[in-house]
Amino acid sequence: MNPVAEIAIAILLVMGGIFILVGSWGLARLPSLMTRLHGPTKASTLGVGACLIASMIYFPASGQPWSAHEMLITIFLLLTAPISANMIAKAHLHRQGHSIDPNPADGIPEGLPAPPTGDDWATFRGAESSRDD
Amino acid sequence: MIRRLLPHPALSVLLVIVWMLLVNELGFGALFLALVFGVVVPLVTSRFWPERPKVRFGRDALAYLLIVIFDVIVANFEIAWIILTRRNRDLRSCWLVIPTELRSAEAITVLAGTISLTPGTVSSDISSDGRALLVHALDVADPAAEVARIKQRYETRLMKVFR
Repeated sequence: MNPVAEIAIAILLVMGGIFILVGSWGLARLPSLMTRLHGPTKASTLGVGACLIASMIYFPASGQPWSAHEMLITIFLLLTAPISANMIAKAHLHRQGHSIDPNPADGIPEGLPAPPTGDDWATFRGAESSRDD
Repeated sequence: MIRRLLPHPALSVLLVIVWMLLVNELGFGALFLALVFGVVVPLVTSRFWPERPKVRFGRDALAYLLIVIFDVIVANFEIAWIILTRRNRDLRSCWLVIPTELRSAEAITVLAGTISLTPGTVSSDISSDGRALLVHALDVADPAAEVARIKQRYETRLMKVFR
């Protein structure tokens, strides 16, 4: 295999691995659900992306046919990561109500801000059971 | 007639391209099936998506895409650095409220998705009247400046893409 391609693949794989590791470490060590969401939505998208680019270089460089599947995986990942993060955040809002603190570790209690217009955030509207405790 | 047969032409084109990439070979059979899906799927789902979004696929859309890709890469380095070096009690996390002038559902969805993918912010909810986004920021020194940056960097560009 072409040494340039080999070096590029190695760099991409190591970089991707490091990003995925850091993202998972963030999931373990950050203080609350909302802060933990930041790890998987960002750090892992680039990590997986780098691994997939490495795969896209590897197959043509080793004489096998090129495949577009990696590109599709990247696109689907970029489309679904924000949506799943949003669903998790909304479920968390439902459970906790207006009292969610953005960072419980800093010792400053803060609740949700009110929207500038409209009655409330969409998650709470129409649900009498939105618990404010 | 064409409008009734192809309620979402851009979606049809996208489905054909994605199907061809999934099959990963150029052949008559695959292309035929791709075209069938490209026509049938938008027709079947058009009830759930009655209005055609007004999108301009031009230089502005391409520029927006490139900016987002660049920001996603930068965001990864920033978040990785924060996770590795910052102590939890020093994180300046806060809620941001981003008032938005975008009105179409598609444009707001793209803005919310972009916010989730880019530096230190995850969009969590939208106000009941659809005029503001609730965003959780991992570490910002100046919330007002961050809101202004998001509005200026993404929203103004999206306004040119979605009329």
